[in-house]
Amino acid sequence: MTRTPLRPLARILSAREKGENPDAIERENIRLRHEAMRDKARVRAEGRLLLLGLAFLAAFITVGARMGVLASTEPAEPQTAATGASIIAQRADITDRKGRILATNLVTHSLYAQPQLMVDPARAASELVAIFPDLDEERLKADFGGKRKFLWVKKKISPEQMQLVHEIGDPGLLFGPREMRLYPNGAIAAHVLGGASFGREGVHSAEVVGVAGVEKTFDGWLRDPANGGAPLALSLDLTIQSTVEDVLYGGMKLMNAKGATAVLMDVHSGEVVALASLPDFDPNTRPAPLLKGDPSDSPLFNRAVQGVYELGSTFKIFAVAQAMELGLVAPTTMVETKGPMFWGKFKIRDFHNYGPQLSVTDVIVKSSNIGTAHIAQLIGGERQQQFLQALGMFDATSIELVEAPTGKPLRPAKWPEITTLTVSYGHGVAASPLHLASAYASLVNGGTRITPTILKRDKVETGARLVSEVTSATIRDMLRQVVVRGTASFGEVPGYAVGGKTGTADKPLANGKGYHKDKVIATFASIFPANDPKYVLVVSLDEPVETSGTEPRRTAGWTAVPVGAEIIRRAAPLLGLRPELEPVAEAGVIRVRN
Amino acid sequence: MRSLIVVLAAAAVMALAFWAYRENYRTQAELAEIRELQREIGQYRESLGVLRAEWAYLNRPDRLRGLADINFERLGLLPLDPRQFGGISEVRYPAVALPPITDPVDTVALSEVAQ
Repeated sequence: MTRTPLRPLARILSAREKGENPDAIERENIRLRHEAMRDKARVRAEGRLLLLGLAFLAAFITVGARMGVLASTEPAEPQTAATGASIIAQRADITDRKGRILATNLVTHSLYAQPQLMVDPARAASELVAIFPDLDEERLKADFGGKRKFLWVKKKISPEQMQLVHEIGDPGLLFGPREMRLYPNGAIAAHVLGGASFGREGVHSAEVVGVAGVEKTFDGWLRDPANGGAPLALSLDLTIQSTVEDVLYGGMKLMNAKGATAVLMDVHSGEVVALASLPDFDPNTRPAPLLKGDPSDSPLFNRAVQGVYELGSTFKIFAVAQAMELGLVAPTTMVETKGPMFWGKFKIRDFHNYGPQLSVTDVIVKSSNIGTAHIAQLIGGERQQQFLQALGMFDATSIELVEAPTGKPLRPAKWPEITTLTVSYGHGVAASPLHLASAYASLVNGGTRITPTILKRDKVETGARLVSEVTSATIRDMLRQVVVRGTASFGEVPGYAVGGKTGTADKPLANGKGYHKDKVIATFASIFPANDPKYVLVVSLDEPVETSGTEPRRTAGWTAVPVGAEIIRRAAPLLGLRPELEPVAEAGVIRVRN
Repeated sequence: MRSLIVVLAAAAVMALAFWAYRENYRTQAELAEIRELQREIGQYRESLGVLRAEWAYLNRPDRLRGLADINFERLGLLPLDPRQFGGISEVRYPAVALPPITDPVDTVALSEVAQ
């Protein structure tokens, strides 16, 4: 590059000759040189800007293209993640408290048809009907010959059936993989588990959704991949549940009852170890719900949770417990039982005449309505309602079953004194057997409120105190006396010191006006061992009648109690309870000299 | 000197290119193997699930009860009963083997002496 001098000698000399200022030439040259420098800098800056712009453009195009690719591709499992990306089933298993499977998944196939691919639709239809007799051949032929391009033939088929369909050899019959819910134990714990069905369906997969029971309550949890396929552990014990159902079924048949239910609950944790309701169903082929008539006639009806019944004399212990807690009576206080008792136009009777007065313990042992009504009068309606509320007898149970809110107890809107009297012996308030079980557990476990649960609990939280330890011990003793020398004498199981209270309540007429003469709900609420209760068992039979005697017997002492005793005899060893001699309270040692 | 550097650099580029090429193919082979293994794991998990379901199905209480009834004569299985619980004191101790008597003492004669 040639460098132009700022003051070229030739031009300076000629300028001097002309009398011009030679500095102007220098300034002009400086200006030209600056301009050249500026142009160069601009070109370079423009080049840099262009480069930067191109870089940004490339970056944006990359990001945009990547987003487009991500949005348009099928999701795929990461293949390079080495740390055992576990392939989890769509829905977690359900197990009992010892890890035995109650519900799991099985991969099967669904069968669908694409009629436009079919070679011989008529033959395919007749062959399909030969494999699946429940299909309608005419309807299949119409579907295969019509305009439809796609139709489901069967939602779930077994591998053997799949092979048979393969052997038809029609290219228009196709299979899609399906994960189905399997309940390997059949009808055992059917009401707790509920059932599952398909939600949204596609050719390659289908959603499995819970329709009842824990399957519905924990639907989101069971389908959440974040749990890593961990099973849902219930508090039920499969062996005990099966035993309870077995014995209860036998008892129901023997007592000619049309339905039966049993709840076995841990008195300290509120865990339901067994919950049976008969008649039951197989959750693998869940029947359709009844569309009309009484829902309690359907096998789907969970009597233990949904069935609210007036539970009769089993309520008496609540009035007595409250009166003792308030210091109104002691177990030995004499209460008037002279009958019949008149209150306004109402008349309260006892099953037998128990004489002019009985001690409070004997009121429970002999189950005197009049005696309990007198005790309730001492308590008063306001306090009685508060106590029943605290026991949870007015609210739906908080058990984790989707049916629980439908088992809300029925209570009268107003609470006049006659209601106070009738409720004290179990008429006027209807509650479910599960309510009764949790109330009994709360009273006998030392007096703290428990909440029933169907899930396995690791730690036990002590609930609010309802009655004192002393009252709780007295109640346990009274319940034991009922079995030793009272209405539940058939409830004695050697070695297990059963305590309990019977209740026989007439069933209300369907029109709500009055009661049936010869239809009862017989209930036995029991605790064992009575000296240190571990479990509470509530057995309830619907319309039982025992016909071994000269006249039919319907009271709980003849119907529900033997069934309950047999359940305890069979279940207690399975629960790990050793038969023990009952500690005798005042065993006097006599010194003998010889 | 300069040409030597150029030749060395070219050789390094070629060597790296060859290395990258081989690594690429090795990675792809490994990925294919991982895919295969994961497919296999999936199959095993699936058959494990089927086996667990089958185990649960074969061990369902109804079936076991039926089997116990059928085989009652051979096995004599009965439902668990409270009477089947035993105490540790009811277990018999094994009989202690006594050592042979090497030095017999006539106790009858001794007692007569004492009197």
